[in-house]
Amino acid sequence: MRIVGLILVVILGSVLFYGSLAFPPWGDPASPASSHLSPYYIEKAMEDTSVPNLVTAVLADYRGYDTMFETIVIFAAGIACIVLLRTFKETESGSRLYRHIPTGITLKIDKKGRFPEDSVVFERIDSHWVPHDLIVKTTCRLIVPFIQIFALYVIAHGHHSPGGGFQGGVILGAAMIIYAIAFNLRSAIRRMSERSAVMLSSLGVFIYAGTGALCMLFGLNYLDYSALAGLLGVDPVTARSHGILIVEIGVGIAVMAVIVTLYYNLASAGRHDEGL
Amino acid sequence: MIWQIEITILIIVIILAVGALGVKDLLGAAILFGAYSFMMCLLWAIMGAVDVAFTEASVGAGVSTVMFVAAVFRTSRRTED
Repeated sequence: MRIVGLILVVILGSVLFYGSLAFPPWGDPASPASSHLSPYYIEKAMEDTSVPNLVTAVLADYRGYDTMFETIVIFAAGIACIVLLRTFKETESGSRLYRHIPTGITLKIDKKGRFPEDSVVFERIDSHWVPHDLIVKTTCRLIVPFIQIFALYVIAHGHHSPGGGFQGGVILGAAMIIYAIAFNLRSAIRRMSERSAVMLSSLGVFIYAGTGALCMLFGLNYLDYSALAGLLGVDPVTARSHGILIVEIGVGIAVMAVIVTLYYNLASAGRHDEGL
Repeated sequence: MIWQIEITILIIVIILAVGALGVKDLLGAAILFGAYSFMMCLLWAIMGAVDVAFTEASVGAGVSTVMFVAAVFRTSRRTED
């Protein structure tokens, strides 16, 4: 079976390489893409949308449909992860570990015992891997705000520099993940519950699709942001630039919420109880 | 574009890919895959696709490695059911 698989892989790989020979060489100015499509974007993007970063202009304006459905794919991935993994079953043993903060003594409390739920001297710890992590926690508490500000900068500055909704959203989600890793999953869920994560991911998709629908409402095509000129009080070119920012914010919210949802479900095997 | 750097990175990418497939330990495979993503990110940056490089660095090398580690953390050798 291994031999058959190897032969298949070699054959398919060589077919792939053979097919890639027909592609124009990298950076060829005479290739169809460079001679028909790209010159229009390079020459017109600035006067059409007033966005200096061509990639952002193409991604969120000229190819707005693609980006919208990419966002919907990410949203669907988050929902699929919840459907596959989320369980509402109790953990097998039912016992929990609590650490007495002043002395550092760890107590194991059985299922039948009384859990010190809202006590200030006991903190609940995971049963798998719980070192004392003062340095990690403090460092995380210090750097998380800066990560989040950088993420907002990436989203807002996507017009002028590399970046945009996807990258900024991923960095925002990563800030939440680093918080969950340094503290524990339960404190992360207290900050951002599963319900609000799901709501935010659908809100992001709604912002994107709603902006497109608003353009239709003002009498132009779906996702033609120049229709928003009257609403925003600017000329149509600037309106396209602002429209890109609005949908990038939507993408950022959706991606951030989906990343957080994926992490919650993967790290706790769908129980949202104890995790990495 | 400096071809020596490009060739070096391409060779490292292939070594990391084969290593990620071949290594027995799942955690090691996840880390190797993150390194692979980072090398791909360098390749995108060399080709001038800075936005793609940024996405690769944040999604491929950052978050997806964490997801893999989280999934490995939840796997055991024997099934619990």
